[in-house]
Amino acid sequence: MYNFTYHRASSVSDAAKLLGQDAESKILAGGQTLLPTLKQRLAQPSHVVDIGGIGELQGIKVSADKVVIGAGTRHAAVAMSAEVARAIPALAKLAGGIGDPQVRNMGTIGGSLANNDPAADYPAAVLGLGATVHTNKRAIAADDFFKGMFETALDDQEIITSVEFPVPQKAGYMKFPNPASRYAMVGVMVAQTKAGVRVAVTGAGPSVFRWQDAEKALASKFAAAALDGLAAKADGLNSDMHGSAEYRAHLIGVMARRAVAEAG
Amino acid sequence: MPTVSMTVNGKSVSRDIEDRTLLVEFLRDHLGLTGTHVGCDTSQCGACVVHIDGKSVKSCTMLAVQAEGVTVTTIEGLATDGKLHPMQEAFREHHGLQCGFCTPGMVMSAVDLVKRHPNPSEETIRHGLEGNICRCTGYHNIVRAVQAAATNMRG
Amino acid sequence: MSDTGIGAAVRRKEDFRFLTGKGHYTDDINRPGQAYAYFLRSPHAFARIRKIDTAAAKAAPGVIAVYTGADTNAAKVGSLPCGWVVTGKSGEPHKAPAHPPLAVDTVRYVGDHVAVVIAESRAQAKDAAEKIAVDYDVLKPVISVTDAAKPGAPQVHADVPGNICYDWEIGDKAATDAAFAKATHVTKLDLVNNRLIPNAMEPRAAICEYDSGVDSYTCFVTNQNPHVLKLILCAFVLGLSESKLRVVAPDVGGGFGSKIYCYAEETVLLWASKHVGRPIKWAAERSESFLSDAHGRDHVTHAELALDKDGKFLGFRVATLANVGSYLSTFATAVPSYLYATLLAGQYTTPAIHAEVKTVFTNTAPVDAYRGAGRPEATYVLERIVEVAARETGIDRAEIRRRNFVPPDAFPYQTPVALAYDSGNYAAALDLALKHADYKGFAARKVEAEKRGRLRGIGLSCYIEACGIAPSAVVGALGAGVGLWESGQVRFNPTGSVTIHTGAHSHGQGHETTFAQLVSDTLGVPIENIEVVHGDTDKVPFGMGTYGSRSLAVGGSAIMRACDKIITKGKKIAAHLMEAAVEDVEFSKGVFKVSGTDKNVSMQQVAFTAYVPHNYPEGLEPGLDETAFYDPLNFTFPAGTHVAQAEIDPQTGVTEVVNWVAVDDFGNVINPLIVEGQVHGGIAQGIGQALLEGCVYDPESGQLLTGSFMDYCMPRADDLPSFKVDTTKTPCPHNPLGVKGCGEAGAIAAPPALINAVTDALGIMHMEMPATREKVWRAARSGPLKRAAE
Repeated sequence: MYNFTYHRASSVSDAAKLLGQDAESKILAGGQTLLPTLKQRLAQPSHVVDIGGIGELQGIKVSADKVVIGAGTRHAAVAMSAEVARAIPALAKLAGGIGDPQVRNMGTIGGSLANNDPAADYPAAVLGLGATVHTNKRAIAADDFFKGMFETALDDQEIITSVEFPVPQKAGYMKFPNPASRYAMVGVMVAQTKAGVRVAVTGAGPSVFRWQDAEKALASKFAAAALDGLAAKADGLNSDMHGSAEYRAHLIGVMARRAVAEAG
Repeated sequence: MPTVSMTVNGKSVSRDIEDRTLLVEFLRDHLGLTGTHVGCDTSQCGACVVHIDGKSVKSCTMLAVQAEGVTVTTIEGLATDGKLHPMQEAFREHHGLQCGFCTPGMVMSAVDLVKRHPNPSEETIRHGLEGNICRCTGYHNIVRAVQAAATNMRG
Repeated sequence: MSDTGIGAAVRRKEDFRFLTGKGHYTDDINRPGQAYAYFLRSPHAFARIRKIDTAAAKAAPGVIAVYTGADTNAAKVGSLPCGWVVTGKSGEPHKAPAHPPLAVDTVRYVGDHVAVVIAESRAQAKDAAEKIAVDYDVLKPVISVTDAAKPGAPQVHADVPGNICYDWEIGDKAATDAAFAKATHVTKLDLVNNRLIPNAMEPRAAICEYDSGVDSYTCFVTNQNPHVLKLILCAFVLGLSESKLRVVAPDVGGGFGSKIYCYAEETVLLWASKHVGRPIKWAAERSESFLSDAHGRDHVTHAELALDKDGKFLGFRVATLANVGSYLSTFATAVPSYLYATLLAGQYTTPAIHAEVKTVFTNTAPVDAYRGAGRPEATYVLERIVEVAARETGIDRAEIRRRNFVPPDAFPYQTPVALAYDSGNYAAALDLALKHADYKGFAARKVEAEKRGRLRGIGLSCYIEACGIAPSAVVGALGAGVGLWESGQVRFNPTGSVTIHTGAHSHGQGHETTFAQLVSDTLGVPIENIEVVHGDTDKVPFGMGTYGSRSLAVGGSAIMRACDKIITKGKKIAAHLMEAAVEDVEFSKGVFKVSGTDKNVSMQQVAFTAYVPHNYPEGLEPGLDETAFYDPLNFTFPAGTHVAQAEIDPQTGVTEVVNWVAVDDFGNVINPLIVEGQVHGGIAQGIGQALLEGCVYDPESGQLLTGSFMDYCMPRADDLPSFKVDTTKTPCPHNPLGVKGCGEAGAIAAPPALINAVTDALGIMHMEMPATREKVWRAARSGPLKRAAE
């Protein structure tokens, strides 16, 4: 990788100040995407601001109607949290299926969302569960957060501080991994929430998206059979050597039905 | 050049390094701990797995400066007083290694796995080793070794 | 059998160092004052180099030197040679275009070597390489073997018309045509043997240095055959005296063929080490391994099998196009010819076989031997077409094979494609495999799986391979540039411990244990007193290295011959000590005895006497250190049956391998633990080829699309089942150990077994490898079982 100057931020405001000093700065959270990117010399930041040690970004708080996860919380902590597993089992399952055990010991929810890799799992949780992304500047609803491939509503010096998940009545997540990279080729989060049914699809398109036809079908009856005969459209989906758009479209349906079945 | 200090295999170490130095480069090139290997450049193969404060991580996907103040255990630090760790012993007993290149990372991942799952099923072991690629063994004997080590580690 | 002798599952002696992080792989070795190299590689599949400007790179921080092909060319660094000359149909030798280690005026594949930067650190070398400006005139490349063989295809080398390296044949065409004329049924099949990237877990690496005081070089390198590499580097590339180069292949992290060859990197490093006067280290990043390690397989084949009304095979006709890539790697030409088409008889008595092979240059990385090397390709063609023939004729898949087996009383058996099989009992392995797999119960399991919404299939593969390569005179007659014997040296130390030197090289195979078992058992020396030394050309006698499952059959036999010499000499010393006649001395379990008496002396006493010869036979040389060179009489022919069972989720196309049975006949087994491990690993690579792995280049640009583990699908623990492994035994009659070799069997047997199972599950005749999830899903959706896939 190219050389850079490393800074360890002591607080969110310290991190914001460090970021503000140079437009070519990058935030380092868990590093599980940033470091491979830097190793491939695909990015050349002048400064790297490490927010991994900031205490106020850590931790999981579960109450009756919401789960709030600090942005610096590692995937493994979410996956192994008994409280998360009780409140939103699909979220614990999703976190436990990201990357591999070593990636989960380092990677953070904030890092994953800020990066918005089209094949990442967490975007499906945030969009599917209708979460709110809190930053050092504002609160952003899930529907406003994801803007496209590797693009979010975050501005340059904005740092995610926590993610607030409303507890759904039911939710299920099913992932069809890319057999080589283990990223999601298709991942579907389905949730029955107070605000209605939400179905979020990651991996299949340029960015996570809601499958509205399925939401409508499930709103009338939240059962896998409600999706029978319903096909996602292949238009605009990713197509590569691992799977055509047509195959991904088909898998969206299969994974959605299985996610509903799992939600119970 | 920043100075980084940490505890590696029970010893305090401190070195001046380039900011971009990866933890695995620090271990291999600066400390001479060449048991930790580099088998890929995309954080997939797991040959570089070490423990940071008891948890397995890929040392190729962490900057050395990120490890300031932590406790690192590498494969060289697993055996105590010349006696193999039960996981090392089980890999030997069950022929869980051939060329030996993936072995340090595989063993470190397996130790962490058994810590989290003291009585793992075959499926748990196979999924738990998802982050470690072995080209020699077909994993059959690695699975046997982890099962046996788990039994021995439960005592 | 002792618990450390022949046949015992001895735990490996080498494991302690590997398990404690104390192995010494090439990149673990550091030399005083070493510099680091980074190779600038071509981003284009095919381009002329108009100009290379290295000035900025030379001025970059830490840079010691930058060299291009102009420098190596001016210094008369030679072309990387191909060591096996295959003669085509017309009697003409193959075309072997120049292969400069650094490109001179043309780059021919993505990853081809353009320049080397030598700097104080790896990072500085890589930083500086980005400052080299290369002006390329990009040409249209040709990537696939079928495209390259078409008239009017881009010409990879101006001196190779039509991109054809050789057009070769084997077998009797007229007899085969006649057999087809008599046939009641002909089965035809087109298939592709998918291109693979070996991916040994240790990336290639080298450290080279020059000692001006004695004008000699040392090269530490990830290699399977250090003496062969030394010979090539000295005699063919750099023009050095062989006494001036030491090649050391230390602990090597897997090879699978990819570390047999003489590569550009060690060649350039060795040359440059003298120019810069410093040791130079290079270690490939995995991305570089993907681009520049020799790849494997890549065949396109049409095959036809003629059968009579009873399902007996009458004739077999095969036409193959094989990709050799952009340049000929060290043994590239032998793989799709002598290591492939000679195996097309398989386990069967097919009386007439004719095979034609055209090898073709393309703008891709060189292709050479990868685990199995030619034999997996042959087995895939044969075991797939036999399966299709069974389905077409309605004869049970096991029965059709059984009807055609070479019977156990027919050995030695001369096939129509040059080989003479030494021994075997193919039905015995098939029967045992079917029993382990509960073949009879399969139909019920298929029904049960269907109730769970899964499609279950079963597949057989009855494979044979030619291993223990091989009699030097035979391979020489076929074009090999080297002999294929092996050396073994058994050196007693004065106090009775033993050091074995072998020309074979272990990179995972466990030679340090297996060879120690041989000597422990034969000479009665405790195994903990035996060390095996390999991989250092300054320490071990000239040897041929490890590939082709040859180490035990050839290298082990050499060690046994050296043991014989030790015993012969030991008897003379013992006879003197016991004041007996030499012919009255017997040797057993480490003790020399006078027949019919209780007079004895130990091996240890004899060894001590040999080095402290105060009381010693007159005229006998002191010392107890014997070397033998063993040149085999024939190949060995391991064979067996693998049975794969797979279940498919038709909704997603996911194939789960649910059961695997391997019954192999390796002849005698020295260490069953190690043998089983070799089988497991081979099967895993075979399953990888069948389901997961496939090298993909962009057909237009020639960019490698599967250039990392993110896209090239390596088998992981959760992709594979546990394996049921068993053996049958017909000892090899022509080597002293009766062994046949086990290193490649799994990789040879597995792909057709699994594709047979997958196509059985889907009710279709064929599917190309890898049987990816999407392909399987599409087949499930459109095939006879389409309801399930909706």
